[in-house]
Amino acid sequence: MSFEDSDKAKGYWNENLKLVIKLLVIWAFVSFGCGILLVDILNEFSFMGFKLGFWFAQQGSIYVFLILIFVYVKKSNTLDKKYGVDE
Amino acid sequence: MDVQTLTYLVVGVTFAVYIGIAIKTRAGSTKEFYVAGGGVPPILNGMATAADWMSAASFISLAGIVSFVGYDGSVYIMGWTGGYVLLALLMVPYLRKFGKFTVPDFIGDRYYSQSARTVAVICAIFISFTYIAGQMRGVGVVFSRFLEVEVDTGVYIGMCVVFFYAVLGGMKGITYTQVAQYCVMIFAFMVPAVFLSIMMTGHIFPQLGFGAELLDATGNSSSVYLLDKLDGLSTELGFAQYTEGSKDMIDVLFITGALMFGTAGLPHVIVRFFTVPRVRDARSSAGWTLLFIAIMYTTIPALASFSRVNMIQSINGPESQGVPHAEAPLWIENWEKTGLIKWDDKNSDGKMFYSNDERNEMNVDRDIIVLATPEMANLPAWVIALMAAGGLAAALSTSAGLLLVISTSVSHDLLKKNLMPNISDNKELMYARMASGAGIIMAGYFGINPPGFVAAVVAIAFGLAASSLFPAITMGIFSTKMNKEGAIAGMLAGLSFTTIYIVYFKFVNPAANVSENWLFGVSPEGIGMLGMVINFAVAILVCRITAPTPQAVVDMVESIRFPKGAGEAQDH
Repeated sequence: MSFEDSDKAKGYWNENLKLVIKLLVIWAFVSFGCGILLVDILNEFSFMGFKLGFWFAQQGSIYVFLILIFVYVKKSNTLDKKYGVDE
Repeated sequence: MDVQTLTYLVVGVTFAVYIGIAIKTRAGSTKEFYVAGGGVPPILNGMATAADWMSAASFISLAGIVSFVGYDGSVYIMGWTGGYVLLALLMVPYLRKFGKFTVPDFIGDRYYSQSARTVAVICAIFISFTYIAGQMRGVGVVFSRFLEVEVDTGVYIGMCVVFFYAVLGGMKGITYTQVAQYCVMIFAFMVPAVFLSIMMTGHIFPQLGFGAELLDATGNSSSVYLLDKLDGLSTELGFAQYTEGSKDMIDVLFITGALMFGTAGLPHVIVRFFTVPRVRDARSSAGWTLLFIAIMYTTIPALASFSRVNMIQSINGPESQGVPHAEAPLWIENWEKTGLIKWDDKNSDGKMFYSNDERNEMNVDRDIIVLATPEMANLPAWVIALMAAGGLAAALSTSAGLLLVISTSVSHDLLKKNLMPNISDNKELMYARMASGAGIIMAGYFGINPPGFVAAVVAIAFGLAASSLFPAITMGIFSTKMNKEGAIAGMLAGLSFTTIYIVYFKFVNPAANVSENWLFGVSPEGIGMLGMVINFAVAILVCRITAPTPQAVVDMVESIRFPKGAGEAQDH
């Protein structure tokens, strides 16, 4: 066991799950939400020459995906250090 | 030098580079053959994975598809990028910590069952074969378009090159070759896109030009936005509005989902992340992969719209009156020779006209959108040569990655872990190479005699990955309670539901393949997402009424949840 006790192990896993769920909610919101379900509403707005919903579907969602992964990398590395389970 | 000679030269040089890299980095052990020795730096692995992932279809066909269907094409743009978020957050760090060679390794050990391993092996082999058949065909097509050899000859040449570096180099060889192939591919794709963007909007970045105002003939801003122009043209010519599309929302949702979850369940993508040294590298490597893919995937929709406007205006003229065929731009004439553009002067006025109604006189193949961009942007012959090299790089890199999964599945999962547990490392390596060779021959066969259903089976590949492997892997990580009965029942339920649905609508009764007959309005392309839900539901139900997971497995699951102690990928 690499954790000091099982409470620590639980704490680490819960924090990790919270982080993952938070990021996945954003993931689903930009792609399924802004890019598909809300696309007609967002298309009423114009953004950098695009209809906003269309922009999310063909550009914006990808940028957000990228940010999400790198945020996860950073936060999970910090979390590993906090619990002393980094490599 | 003419285009033909230049193309031979550029393609020849790139092939020499790939083979040279393969000789330098050839694999000496099973560990090097399966996971490149586990020592690939995360950024390089990201590049290699991006090349592995972006196939001939991404390179040649995707922009054309988006160009012809507009907003509806977003399912591919989001679907084939969003899966990496799932990979990074839900799978690769844990699978890297688990530290073995293959996806069936994980399923077999986690669910303490040979049957689970066998189901996973069958999925992995089936998914990879459906994919590779299309790739070899892609190689042949690129050869025939650019080098004017027979498609079959092109397939043979492609087989030889892949044989050389995949069989010899294993994962180690293909990883470093794919890095080179990524560079060739992205350069070839970006150069014409950037020039077309400058020509039409004055922006260097196609991603910005996409939303900008068009330039008029004198190079001044015409104060008409590109996308407004495109919407206007589409409506005027009887197409669906470019930025709105015509698919039902529910179907768009399910197809996007099936492609995302399918991506996260594809064995040839997952195994790439076994090649990096540490868990944290696996996480960042997924980010790098998406970055390298995003460079191309944010350009694709931009290129799609530039080419669409350019193509319509070249054919219909600025006033939408039609352009006399005698005055057509050179690229139209060139591509008419290949049969990818056809003109039928129905009203005998000598003018071309393109529309979606009775006025239409043109038949334009979607692949033109990418293949003809260098000519549309008036670029020199070497850019055309580069396109050929890029298309080949895309097809070869994906084929090699898939071959590796096929050979690993046979030598490692079937032989070593199942039928012949006592074979030595050298013997196993030999079997891996033999399986790889046999895989190439079968792929080549399908490349020369393409089954008419390649496009249809790709839907099956993603559907299967989403409905079988993705749920089994994620439940194996995020639940300590999920047992073998639940996982196997779930995989079989998801798998059979998805397969039956697709086979029925694609092969048994294709005439019925219309939205009125679809379950909840979901097309066969999107049904994998429903299959995934079924998999989860069945697994959880069966798990409740069967024996709990053994303590040793629970301990194993708990140990893969944190990075510390991840050694190199190895065979315990």
